Amino acid sequence: MKRRAHLAGLLALPMFWLIGIYIFSLVMLLVTAFWTTDPFTSKVKPGFTLRNFEQLVANPAYLSTAVRTLVIALAVTVLCMLISVPLGIFMAKIAKPWLRALLAVAITLPLWAGYLVKILAMRVTFTDAGFFNWALAPFGITGPSFSITTVVLTLTYLWLPYMAVPVYTAIRQLPANLFDASADLGAGAWRTIRTIVLPLIKPAIIAGSIFTFSLSLGDYIAAKFVGGSTQMIGSIIASNINLNPPIAAAFAVVPIAFVVIYLLSVQRTGALERM
Amino acid sequence: MSSPIATTMAPKTAAGDVSLTGVSKTFGEMTAVQNLDLDVPQGEFLSMLGPSGSGKTTVLRMIAGFEEATSGSIRIGGEDLTRMPPHQRPVNTVFQDYALFPHLTIAENVAYGLRVRGQSKTDREAAVASAIAQVKLGHVASRLPHQLSGGQRQRIALARALILRPRVLLLDEPLGALDKQLREEMQIELKSIQRDVGITFIFVTHDQEEALTLSDRVAVFNNGRIEQIGTAREVYEYPQTEFVARFLGLSNIIPSDTVERLTGEARVVSVRPERVRLLTGTDTASDSDIVLAGTVAEIVYTGPTTRVLVDTADGIRLITETQNSHHPAADVQARRGDSVRVAWTDDHAATLP
Repeated sequence: MKRRAHLAGLLALPMFWLIGIYIFSLVMLLVTAFWTTDPFTSKVKPGFTLRNFEQLVANPAYLSTAVRTLVIALAVTVLCMLISVPLGIFMAKIAKPWLRALLAVAITLPLWAGYLVKILAMRVTFTDAGFFNWALAPFGITGPSFSITTVVLTLTYLWLPYMAVPVYTAIRQLPANLFDASADLGAGAWRTIRTIVLPLIKPAIIAGSIFTFSLSLGDYIAAKFVGGSTQMIGSIIASNINLNPPIAAAFAVVPIAFVVIYLLSVQRTGALERM
Repeated sequence: MSSPIATTMAPKTAAGDVSLTGVSKTFGEMTAVQNLDLDVPQGEFLSMLGPSGSGKTTVLRMIAGFEEATSGSIRIGGEDLTRMPPHQRPVNTVFQDYALFPHLTIAENVAYGLRVRGQSKTDREAAVASAIAQVKLGHVASRLPHQLSGGQRQRIALARALILRPRVLLLDEPLGALDKQLREEMQIELKSIQRDVGITFIFVTHDQEEALTLSDRVAVFNNGRIEQIGTAREVYEYPQTEFVARFLGLSNIIPSDTVERLTGEARVVSVRPERVRLLTGTDTASDSDIVLAGTVAEIVYTGPTTRVLVDTADGIRLITETQNSHHPAADVQARRGDSVRVAWTDDHAATLP
């Protein structure tokens, strides 16, 4: 009995948090997605309708926004991988300790600054009179300005640490003699990366990608400040949150569905078992 | 220090000849290897023996290409490969903790090098099957490394390196992680594999018994230099330095003033315990023997032998080692505190510098 009381004491707060706040609010959101709104008063009326979900597919603007958001999240994830893997190999296996420490600070530095600060920094960099256009003007090139490209770059900037840190840690933990053994058996650097490093750090890449992918899916501030006319799922949720909460709720289910599909497809590869 | 064997070697170089000339390696302020010369002829089993930090592993890693020599040159079969990256060298390595790729099956591990060379799948499968069979592990081909025992992993690491038919096989303390019995089994297997494939083996170990058992020649390392190189018998019976005498087996080092009193010549000598006879009671030494009197300090029964520690009047502690026989009556009869004499033939003593 005493054991049980101890266990209850241990789990009371986390369980309240998980079930009482976290799960409950998500369930409420899901339920709301099936409710309706009075078109004149914008008052939410409990009930059951699939109309909100039908609209997601039927309304071409909604559908294209969902696809655009998915493409942006995938692009951010791929870009984070492309930066993190070579950077992680350099930091873990080549860089001298002082340079490794410097790079570790550089990578995590964006985490120190506030979210809005970083977005505004990107806004200043990419604005029409900003650094890029100024620097590229002599070559007759204009920068990406505020567009979907800038949204991808900004989100990559925001979420890179979530990919770079686990990838670097995983590469650091690879025994040095695996690199030696691969070279000893005749493999050059690229082959070693492809056949030894990448398969062994796959769990870390997937862990990082879950962050970069789901955080990108849920973001709308980047689209708002550096995206120009770019709309993401979050933009539509934000604009409906007061006018039509049920449609906002229905739309909020889409990123969750994307993440679930992503996790299921990752799980099929067996990569989650070693996480 | 070059060996007598190397200097009498035929001038023609064979594909598996390894030759290091004036090789040094420094890490920052620390000198790991100092101006080292070493010649290993094709087909030789050479052990590099020494305490940790003596530079033996660094030499091995420089031959493999994992470390670049700070100065000097490394040749294999006459070809200079001092600056060649490891993946282009005609050598393969068996690593201390095997370094099997954990995400690849045993067969894939063994096939890795052939795959890199772009060999066709059918050729590869046949070669892998026979390489795994050679180390008697055909039944584990589809398992992952972590499902194998240490001894099995060791043999797979050997198969993975040998399948590429290197001109030289480098072994970095490959038996270090195995228990004693398995280690002795593997020593015999290694020796027979080396005889079969006929390639040069360069073997790093800190285990003197292993080095003596396996090798054609032993190079004893200390402080980044080779203290002595020679056959097992040469380095054991005729150590040229006190370090070698002490590192290989037990040794009695007799200081020069004692030797001068006994023989008239001032020199330090080293005598192996099994060359020192214990004389008790009426036992007599021959005229040519060197004899010292002392008191029995300790008697140690080791199974095959009995060791008796004798404190001499000169203040030296000598170790004698005598074979035991099946009958206790024939064994050492001394007790602690007995007055005894110890004797050895001067021929059996090695003069140290």
